[in-house]
Amino acid sequence: MISRAQRTPIGEWWWTVDRLTIAAVGALMLAGIVLSLAASPPVAGRIGLEPFYFVNRHIFFLFPTIAIMLGVSFLTPHQIRRLALIVFAISLVMVAVTPIFGQEIKGAKRWLVLFGVNIQPSEFLKPAFVILIAWLFGESAKRPEMPANTFALILLLTVVALLVIQPDFGQTMLIVLVWSALFFMAGMRVIWMFGIAGAAGFGLLVAYYTVPHVATRIQRFLNPQSGDTFNIDVATESFMRGGWFGQGPGEGTVKRMLPEAHTDFVFSVAAEEFGVVLCLALVSLYTFIVVRAMLRAMRNDDPFCRFAAAGLTMLFATQSAINMAVNLHLIPAKGMTLPFISYGGSSMLSLAYGMGMLLALTREQPRGAMLTAPDDLLPAGSRP
Amino acid sequence: MSAVDTGAQAAPAKRGETRLQRLFRTMLYGANVDRNVKAKARLLLAMVVFIGLYGIIAGRLVMFAVISDGHSGRRSVTQDAVATARPDIIDRRGSIIATDVKTPSLFAEPRKLIDVDEAVELLTATLPDLDAKELRERLSSNRGFVWLKREITAKQQKEIYRLGLPGIGFLTENKRIYPNGPVVSHEIGHVNVDNQGIAGMEKWLDGQGLAALHMAGLATDRLQRPVELALDLRVQFALRDELVKAREKFSANAAAGVVLNVNTGEVVAMVSEPDYDPNNPREANDPTRINRLTTGVFEMGSTFKIFTLAMGLDSGRVTLNSQFDGRQTLRYGRFTIHDDHPLNRMLSVPEIFTYSSNIGAARMALSLGPEYHRAFLKKMGQLDRLRTEIPESAEPIVPKRWGELNTVTIAFGHGLSVAPLQALMGVGAVMNGGLLIPPTFLKRTPEEARALATQVLKPETSKQMRYLMRLNSEKGTGTKANVAGYYIGGKTGTAEKVINGRYAKNKLLTDFIAVMPADKPKYLLLIMLDEPHGSKETYGFATAGWNAAPTAAKVISRIGPLLDMQPRFDLPNADQLILASDKVVR
Repeated sequence: MISRAQRTPIGEWWWTVDRLTIAAVGALMLAGIVLSLAASPPVAGRIGLEPFYFVNRHIFFLFPTIAIMLGVSFLTPHQIRRLALIVFAISLVMVAVTPIFGQEIKGAKRWLVLFGVNIQPSEFLKPAFVILIAWLFGESAKRPEMPANTFALILLLTVVALLVIQPDFGQTMLIVLVWSALFFMAGMRVIWMFGIAGAAGFGLLVAYYTVPHVATRIQRFLNPQSGDTFNIDVATESFMRGGWFGQGPGEGTVKRMLPEAHTDFVFSVAAEEFGVVLCLALVSLYTFIVVRAMLRAMRNDDPFCRFAAAGLTMLFATQSAINMAVNLHLIPAKGMTLPFISYGGSSMLSLAYGMGMLLALTREQPRGAMLTAPDDLLPAGSRP
Repeated sequence: MSAVDTGAQAAPAKRGETRLQRLFRTMLYGANVDRNVKAKARLLLAMVVFIGLYGIIAGRLVMFAVISDGHSGRRSVTQDAVATARPDIIDRRGSIIATDVKTPSLFAEPRKLIDVDEAVELLTATLPDLDAKELRERLSSNRGFVWLKREITAKQQKEIYRLGLPGIGFLTENKRIYPNGPVVSHEIGHVNVDNQGIAGMEKWLDGQGLAALHMAGLATDRLQRPVELALDLRVQFALRDELVKAREKFSANAAAGVVLNVNTGEVVAMVSEPDYDPNNPREANDPTRINRLTTGVFEMGSTFKIFTLAMGLDSGRVTLNSQFDGRQTLRYGRFTIHDDHPLNRMLSVPEIFTYSSNIGAARMALSLGPEYHRAFLKKMGQLDRLRTEIPESAEPIVPKRWGELNTVTIAFGHGLSVAPLQALMGVGAVMNGGLLIPPTFLKRTPEEARALATQVLKPETSKQMRYLMRLNSEKGTGTKANVAGYYIGGKTGTAEKVINGRYAKNKLLTDFIAVMPADKPKYLLLIMLDEPHGSKETYGFATAGWNAAPTAAKVISRIGPLLDMQPRFDLPNADQLILASDKVVR
């Protein structure tokens, strides 16, 4: 099937896709199962579910996750754009209606119940948004007559406005960051960077003064005495308890104390039971995936593919880095899942979608295929 | 790489671009820019940034792991519970005075507790002396760590362990043990429940950097070498034994004693009875149990005549053959000074000493003047607070204006209150050839002592004073302390205590200072009794000659052998043995 003698779609895919990245993602998923076994039974027990409730669901979600990731990785850039447009439109509508129909959890409406399934639409919005922005910035390089930059700004403001209403500052920050980074890569003059940084700083300041929990979280980070820093204390302690090689599977205590042991603080559980060595291995896996994707994005000459791949990579990298940094008390507490390891259906499917697109965009493309590619895939300068 | 050359074309206008759009583009991206090259460079920059971020995360992970290696995992919550080991304290012969014993202490981590009610019920059943209400409060708190009971027994630990309560644990702590109980109490001091020294040598030990070690959590057992005291446990025991008996026999409020090495300043034994058990230091706060030798100040009575006579002889204006008027009482203002054993004649210097003549001593001091007297006592260390290793010390009560009347009374030991150990230091200088050596509770060699000492008297004065001390034992007030074979010299002192600002005739403080042996002094012994009472045996007398001196005799006969003092019998009298050697020096 994957013989090189014949050109089959699967064979072509196999020889062009980044197999090492797939392996790395697979390793992360495997680690996710193991850590779910470690972290989630006590959490489930505490809220009165059967012990392996979260483990079962975690594994159950892995099947669609893998399917989506691999399925999407077969798509051409053209198809990716179309799909992204559809996903973006649907999830934007869903995000927009969430504040009205959504389920309120901990003071924020981020979840939508569809057919008995909890869905966090903002998760799906992110990768689709990145694709659209990458396309717009790519177009702005190729077709100056299109008001691509204006569109990009409008898209950003719309999404940010919808997310702030929920409110979901984590996702907002992530989206603004990736948008700015893409704008930066698109060749924007450095002076604008200051403008964006100023705007972001202003936004943060407004959030600090208008939204109480943002303020307290920042204060607690700067001055641990000012409030209850229980989660972070416990998380930090788990790294100390774990040491290099951990206390051993099942010997952890953090998971019994933290309500988010299986989602936001799974990294701490990993440290306590399996040691800093495993944590370092996870960090290396993330680094590997990010560096490889970035290098492939750099090699790609098509502006859209390059920006999209870079944007998706940054989304993935920022999310993982923020999660680990919060666990290590390097930055203020911010709920964010650890890609492919934390429990969470929406998050996992969204990551699969993003990773699938990243795999598709970083496939090796023979020069010839590019030359015969549809018009809009050709770099502007090489137009005859 | 195929050149995607947006910038190279660099035409002012691109295809299909309006002027406004061009202006906009130039503002955003700059003119004449190869956006392809720029994008690659910036991608590389982003990659480097992310590698840096992951690097920081990895670095933090490694940092945690390294810290964790330093101390065992559990410590981070229970940092205040790190073992506070203390070095052993041993006496000069190596017997243990204070040591650490490991005992388990019970703690809880309330956040990890599942069922507070169950825990309270089971724990109070096992440890009935725990207060259930307080226990519940502690366990219900949201703290990471609370002590429940310090220093439980191994049996209790086993029982609690078997209860299988989550969030309840044990920490091994060091508990200070004093195997000799109250025998060495005031000197050694004691520690609090956290094993920090709060009195005596234990507190001194904390001041020697041990407290800092504890703070840093580095005070582990192996690091520490035992601290050697000057104390001889056997001598201490004998002294205390005799003092306890004497206190009972003379129905005294208190009895105290010191054995001081004259040549090194080492305190070989020190007892202030009533004392307390440092293992259970609750009684230490009882004001009647203070260390009377360092924390109390007293008018020492006639023993102070040692200083008066030493002053006279050292001044060169008085010799052993000088005569002082003892024909009648000495009137000074509205005061009249009497003698206890009035002779009503002219008195020689040895007579003043052996008959303990207040009049003679006062006249001698007056002949030198108050300024001289004050300066002399200052030189002898009697006017300044004596500081030793132990923190307990008291300032002497010195008259603010020192007139002739003060000199008269201080000459025979009234009107100046000093700590008894301080007085003994001064007497040591009078006996040992004139070297004032600050007393110490730690071991000290004669060489070290000499380096610390100050010459305050002529050696000749010291010899004459030793003669007088011996003489007083042969035929003066100190005869009852003349233990055969040890060539004891001694001086009694009886002071009326000041009650409500007046001297009370029947409330006495008696003391006795013995030097052994008087010809080549090695040790000084101070015996002090607070408010002794007369009995049939003493014919109703309560003065020092009748209680402090006989007590000293008993102590000397017991500690003499322990101190390696060779008994010598058939020695000549004081005038031959001591004064004759005096002539040889000349």
